[in-house]
Amino acid sequence: MKIDPIHQFNIEPLFTLGQIGNHTIAFTNSSLYMLIAVLVIALLMLASGRELVPGRLQSVAEISYEFVASTIRSTAGAEGMKFFPLIFSLFMFICVSNLIGIIPYTFTISSHLIVTAALALLVFFTVLIYGVAKNGLKFFKIFVPHGVPGYILPLVMFIEVLSFFLRPVSHSVRLFANMLAGHIALKVFAGFIAMLGFSLGALGWVGGVLPLALTIALTSLELLVAFLQAYVFAILTCIYLNDAIHPGH
Amino acid sequence: MAESHGEAKGQKAGAHTEAEGGHHGGGFPPFDSSTYASQLVSLAIAFVALYLIVSRIALPRVGGTIDARQNKIEGDLAEAQKLKDDSDAALKAYEADLAAARSRAQAIGNEAREKQNAASEAERKSLEDKLAAKLAEAEKQIATTRTNAMSNVRGIAADAAGAIVQRLTGVVPDANAVNSAVDASLKG
Repeated sequence: MKIDPIHQFNIEPLFTLGQIGNHTIAFTNSSLYMLIAVLVIALLMLASGRELVPGRLQSVAEISYEFVASTIRSTAGAEGMKFFPLIFSLFMFICVSNLIGIIPYTFTISSHLIVTAALALLVFFTVLIYGVAKNGLKFFKIFVPHGVPGYILPLVMFIEVLSFFLRPVSHSVRLFANMLAGHIALKVFAGFIAMLGFSLGALGWVGGVLPLALTIALTSLELLVAFLQAYVFAILTCIYLNDAIHPGH
Repeated sequence: MAESHGEAKGQKAGAHTEAEGGHHGGGFPPFDSSTYASQLVSLAIAFVALYLIVSRIALPRVGGTIDARQNKIEGDLAEAQKLKDDSDAALKAYEADLAAARSRAQAIGNEAREKQNAASEAERKSLEDKLAAKLAEAEKQIATTRTNAMSNVRGIAADAAGAIVQRLTGVVPDANAVNSAVDASLKG
């Protein structure tokens, strides 16, 4: 019995869509799960009722709405609400695709750095473009903190600029690495169960209880991580957007 | 992920492939750049579709439902407040009416009492006047009666004095002398 914890991250082309330059654009398993995530979100938000007293599905939709809305209001203020659709889309897309990814045999979109990097860069450029468009050159005051003595100001500014441009890196790697590591760990421990069972016979069946318990514990941890990383991604987006909206702080 | 596909397509273990990430084909899938274009295109399509659905339909819809509920609750509360105010006002009006009626009743009572007092006072006065008049008349009558009686007393005294003198002396006295003597003794 061979354990291959990496196999779950394979991109399998399902059919070819076309060609851009010398890149073949294929509809892959990743594309399929992106589509599923979008459909699930659309279904949740559109198929739920509009009752005065909400049912379960409607409650989930409304709780998601108010959760994201209150997150934006508390971190980026009322002005941040113009980015509500963007942050809601990001949060729901990551959260739903992460949760779908926990189901065995499914694919986890955010376990690929290119996807998380694309989303992080989307946020980065939104912040940069909106910040400059709204505040002009004043936007770059975020690199000059208040109350710093003049002689260390160049150093502080250097660090601020560096951290600003490293934001998309940390923003994307955090999500990617969490999902990747969690799924590898799950796969390894789940593989142990099968390996023990196949190689040691009856003793293995008994011994498999331990990795099974660990797998269950890890699965619940991954459920938390799936939600938490989506929340972290969304709240960091809010904090970065807050810089663009209020660069004085 | 209890995936158990044994037939890995020429894959090496993850630990080795991480170092050679970025090579085309095989290797550690997240660093296989040959899949990037496909993933980016499908991500762009999926995310733009999601963004449009969310911003055009989903959020206005759910937000509208939440706002409608909020408005309904606020409307109901305002309605309840209005009804409460109305009932408070009605209670106040009732109390004001009650107080007015009470004071009017008191006024009517006072007026009636005063009228009655005045009437009884007038009656008493007229009665007193009548009694005083009767008293005066009676006193006058007493006075005349006494005067009459006094004049009778003088006649009787004169007669008696004449008779006494006649009996004692056998001489009929002069009437004038008797009269003046009586008067003199009456005066004394």
